[in-house]
Amino acid sequence: MQEQDVITVEGLRKSYGPVKAVDGVTFQVRRGEIFGMVGPNGSGKTTTIECIEGLRRSDEGRLQVLGLDPQKDYYALRERTGVQLQSANLPPRMRVEEALDLFSVFYRHSTDYRPLLKELGLEEKRRTFFSQLSGGQKQRLFVALALVNRPEIVFLDELTTGLDPQARRATWDLVREIRERGTTVFLTTHFMDEAERLCDRVLILDHGRVIALDTPQNLVSQLGMGMRISFQLNGHIPSTGKGNTNKQTKPVFNTALFGVLDGVRRVEQQDDEIVIYGQGEGLIGAVIRTLEAEGVPFHDLRSEQANLEDAFLSLTGHEMRD
Amino acid sequence: MRTLWKLFGMQFKLYLREPMAFFFSLAYPTLLLLLFGFIYGNDPAPEFWGRSIGTVDASVPAYTGIIIGTVALMGIPIDTASSRESGVLRRYRATPLRPVIYLVASVLMYLGVALLGMLILILTGKLVFGLHFMGSWLNILAAFILSALAFYAFGYLLASLAPTARSAQTIGMLIFFPMMFLSGAGMPLQMLPEGLRRVSEFLPLTYVVRLMQGLWFNDAWNTLWLPVLVLVGILIAGTVLAARLFRWE
Repeated sequence: MQEQDVITVEGLRKSYGPVKAVDGVTFQVRRGEIFGMVGPNGSGKTTTIECIEGLRRSDEGRLQVLGLDPQKDYYALRERTGVQLQSANLPPRMRVEEALDLFSVFYRHSTDYRPLLKELGLEEKRRTFFSQLSGGQKQRLFVALALVNRPEIVFLDELTTGLDPQARRATWDLVREIRERGTTVFLTTHFMDEAERLCDRVLILDHGRVIALDTPQNLVSQLGMGMRISFQLNGHIPSTGKGNTNKQTKPVFNTALFGVLDGVRRVEQQDDEIVIYGQGEGLIGAVIRTLEAEGVPFHDLRSEQANLEDAFLSLTGHEMRD
Repeated sequence: MRTLWKLFGMQFKLYLREPMAFFFSLAYPTLLLLLFGFIYGNDPAPEFWGRSIGTVDASVPAYTGIIIGTVALMGIPIDTASSRESGVLRRYRATPLRPVIYLVASVLMYLGVALLGMLILILTGKLVFGLHFMGSWLNILAAFILSALAFYAFGYLLASLAPTARSAQTIGMLIFFPMMFLSGAGMPLQMLPEGLRRVSEFLPLTYVVRLMQGLWFNDAWNTLWLPVLVLVGILIAGTVLAARLFRWE
């Protein structure tokens, strides 16, 4: 354990009956980072975060948060951390301002909540009942409640689920601002793009186990997926030999044409679509030159950088399911 | 202490913002009093144990049972179960707020609500019908608090046993409404046939009505040992069970 680690998890296990929700999870979170835990629904994210928060008792494993035991030092931990829960609510007829005013009294050290109202764009909703807030406004209020005690670590569980794309982006900015104040952010999400853009380090959880833990960039580049170039073939195709294309209805394509190019790692064909995975700056140029030199008619050529979603797919062998 | 007060104040406001709760605990008993007061007046009537007591004089302490019953059997189970179901309790639990502070603040709030309801009832009786009072206010207050706490403990027990807010509501109403009519709280027991009066002896609310009416007309505590014993018993058993079974999630 390094000195700057604020959360240490070792061999965490938790079962619900025969179901192993969390099955031997080990990792550390460093002070000041935005740490993301990603995984499909049911991968054990919420159980893991709730054990760390102290809201759930683990079956096995060692947990330390800010040097405290989440179970034994429950209230001391509450004072120093902030929690935004996935499934929580406030009384329907509690006003925004009343909620912040009330919650700040619960903590020994709490900040003036009024600047928070402003930062979170809730100033105009001060007098609004909780039940009359939109989904995004409710989430922002919960973030505000998690920040009233100026926590050293803030836990955000599925913060942007159910938000429209605009509100999601605004929430990302908010999370970055929280980190700017020096608060460590521990978040869970099942959006890969969110983890990729927002987090300093990402832990991929699947079936209650850690699949990978690294920066998003490293996760993608270590897999050597680099770039993905795809195009569609147009009808009939010259294949390796000469003169045998006449009666082909289905295009037969010699993928070896590209396999020999510099930086290409893998070529796949699915019906009319060819996908080339590889790395290197001249790769697109080389692919196009080859296509033209061979006289292959094609359309819809596109290239994308491989992303965390691809990495997840390749690491777990299945797609994120919702 | 500051937390307790703040939470108490907040809970009180929230309670009064619920129109149904407001109606049942504060307005309903007073409306009943106005209705029956205008029908029967408050002239002394012989059916009240031969004392010079009018309908209104007998009804005010009896209706205390309605106030306590609605708060305990409908307010508490429904509020608590729905706070649990919707995740309000979870949100509180994730702060340094101690559970006992939350419960004490809530109980004080429900006591406050019931006292407020009783105050409105008494003032209405006094101003509209010239209500007679023969006992001591201190005795009434003590009996009121004992009755309320005993029933509240039972209310929290229901809240813990009910799986959902909806079932809490159903169970609460199933217990409350028959009890209101058969305990002497909603109407004098003298109006019931003999067989039903027997039933009343098995209903806890009957003992609230007996205790309150007895003290209202200045009966000595030692003549009221049975209601006191029953209510203390419910208070102890209810508190122990509710404390064991209470669930935050």
